[in-house]
Amino acid sequence: METVQYTFTEAEHAEIRKHVAKYPDRRSAVMPALWIAQEKFGWLSPEAVKLVAETLDIPYAHVYGVASFYTMYFKERVPKHLIEICTCFSCGANGGQELLDYTKAQIQADDKGHGKDGKIWARAAECLGACDTGPVCQITNRHYAHNLTREKIDSLISKLSNDEEIPYEQIPLSNPSITD
Amino acid sequence: MENWRDYQRVLLPNIPDFHKIEVYEAHDGYKALRAAITEEKWTPKTVVDEVKKANIRGRGGAGFNAGLKWSFMPPKKEGVPRYLACNGDESEPGTCKDRRIFEYNPHAIIEGAIIACYAMEMDAAYIYIRGEYGDWIDMMQKALDDTYAKGYAGKNIFGSNISIDVYLHRGAGAYICGEETSLMESLEGKRPYPRSKPPFPAQFGLWGKPTTINNVETLSHVPMVMRNGADWYLSIGAATNPGPVLYGISGHVNRPGLYEYPSGMLITDLIYKVAGGIRGGKKIKAVVPGGSSVPILTAEMIEGVKMDADSLRAAGSMLGTAGMCVLDEDTDMVKFLLRVAKFYDHESCGQCTPCREGTGWFVKVLKKIDAGQGTTRDLDLLLELCDTMEGRTVCALADAAAWPVRNTVKRFRAEFEARVRPELVAIG
Repeated sequence: METVQYTFTEAEHAEIRKHVAKYPDRRSAVMPALWIAQEKFGWLSPEAVKLVAETLDIPYAHVYGVASFYTMYFKERVPKHLIEICTCFSCGANGGQELLDYTKAQIQADDKGHGKDGKIWARAAECLGACDTGPVCQITNRHYAHNLTREKIDSLISKLSNDEEIPYEQIPLSNPSITD
Repeated sequence: MENWRDYQRVLLPNIPDFHKIEVYEAHDGYKALRAAITEEKWTPKTVVDEVKKANIRGRGGAGFNAGLKWSFMPPKKEGVPRYLACNGDESEPGTCKDRRIFEYNPHAIIEGAIIACYAMEMDAAYIYIRGEYGDWIDMMQKALDDTYAKGYAGKNIFGSNISIDVYLHRGAGAYICGEETSLMESLEGKRPYPRSKPPFPAQFGLWGKPTTINNVETLSHVPMVMRNGADWYLSIGAATNPGPVLYGISGHVNRPGLYEYPSGMLITDLIYKVAGGIRGGKKIKAVVPGGSSVPILTAEMIEGVKMDADSLRAAGSMLGTAGMCVLDEDTDMVKFLLRVAKFYDHESCGQCTPCREGTGWFVKVLKKIDAGQGTTRDLDLLLELCDTMEGRTVCALADAAAWPVRNTVKRFRAEFEARVRPELVAIG
C-alpha cells in the first residue's frame, strides 16, 4: 500500500484560512476543514483528523468528536463510489428499501455494504429532501439520482464501475403539469 | 380558496432563469433591500413592524410570526455583534421545498436575509445548509458571489454606512442541526447538542451574541412583503396563516411534486386535483400533512380540512413544513411506523436519556410487533414510552419521535391489534 502524506498544500491552507476568516472563532472552521480533508484523502483517518486539529490549533479530541457526529464524514476507509439510497418515509413507501437490497445484491455487497469489486458501496440514507421524486439516492455526497428504478440502478452501477461522471439531474417545477 | 387554479406563483415564479441575478433584478429583485436601506420611511423598526404585520408564519415547521420573533431582539449595544442564522438544514422527512428555492430563487433568500439583518441591526447572516445539498450550496455560493459583486452585500451597501456580510456553512449529515440551538452549536464547530433554554438565542445565541434563527423559506418571503406591503401578503390564502405555501406532495399519488399555491388549500384538492389522485385508483389510508413528526390523519379525518395551522390543529394535526405524504390502502402501517421510528433512533443526538433510550425502544418494540411476536401489552408499552419522552428533553426531537408513534398506534389501533397476540395474564 502506498504511503499517504498527511499534509495540506499551500492552496488548501489558503482555502482553510478563507473559512476561518468567515467566523469570529477559528473553531467554527472545523467542519469546512474536515470537508477539505475528506475530499483530499477520501476518508477521515485518525491522521487526517489530526492534521485538521493541528492546522486549526484545536484539540484532536474536539475535532474527532465533531467528525464522528456526522454521517457524511467517513470514519473508515470506504470504496470510491457510494450509492446512498433513501429508505425513509416517502421513499420507503415507494420501495426504497427494496431498491437498496437490489443494489447490494447487484454489487455483491459484504456486511458493510462494500461491493465485491471494491469500487462501489451502498447504504441506506435518511431523508434526502427530495420526497416528491422518490425513491432517490445520492452518489458519493454529491449528485442526486431521482425517480429510481432497477434499470436506473443498473445504469448507475455500470457508470460508476467505469468511473464515469453521473450528470446533475435537474427537476423542473411542478405547477405547470396540472391538467384537470 | 376556490380560485386557486388562477394563482400566479410568486415564490417560485414561472420565469426562466430567475436564479440569475440579472433576471431577478429585472423582476424587481433587490428593490426591497434598496428601499429598506436608502428610503427614509424604512428604519429597522418600521421594517420589523411591516414584517410582523404581514404575519409570515415560520415555514420551518413551528409557524411562529417571523416579525414578532424579530422584535424579541434586545436593543442594539454598540460594539456587541449580532447575528442571523438562516436554517437551510431541511431534513424533516417529507419536506422538499428549501432545496427548490436554492435552485430556482436563491436571491430571495439572500435579499430576505440582508433585509432581516438590517431590521435587527445585525452584522452578518450565516446560511446553514445541510451537507447533502452540495450541489445547491454551489448554486447559492454563485448567487451570493453575484450579490457581493453588485455591492448588495458586504461593506457599505448601496453606498450607505451599513455593512452586512452573508456566509454559507455546509452541514455534514445530521437531522438535529435543524433544531435552532443545535444549528448554532454546529456553526460554532462543536458537537451539535441542543442547548437548554433559557437563555434564548436573542439573548445568548451564536458565539454568545444576540441571534435570531429563521428558516430560509421564511426569509425568502420577506422581499415580497417589503415590495408589495403587508396587506397584499395578508390577502393571500388563509386569514390567520397567510401567504404562498410550497406544498411538497409525495407518496402514493399520481403526480408527486412541489406545488406553490396559497395557504389554506383543501387537503383533498391537493391530493385529487393537484397531484392527480391516488395511484391505481386506490383508496387513501392515511395522510401525514406536514413532515414525519406531525400527527398522522386517517382518510376520514382529512375531509374538509385545509392546509393552514388553525384548520389542521382543529383536525388533530399540524401544518409543519407542508410536506405531505399520502399513503394508500395497501400500506402496512406497522412497517411504515417502524421506518419512521428508525429515523428518529438514528437522528437522536444522545444527549438526553428519554430520547436516546426511548427512540431505541420504539424500534425494538415495533420490530417485535412487525415480526409477529408482539402482544397487546406492547401497544400500551409504546404509548407509555411516549409519556416518558414528550416534553422531558432539552429539545423537541423526543416529541417529534413520540408523536408519530402515539398517533399512528392510536389512530390505526385495529391494524396494530390485528398484528399482535392478546396478553394472557395468569390469575392468582
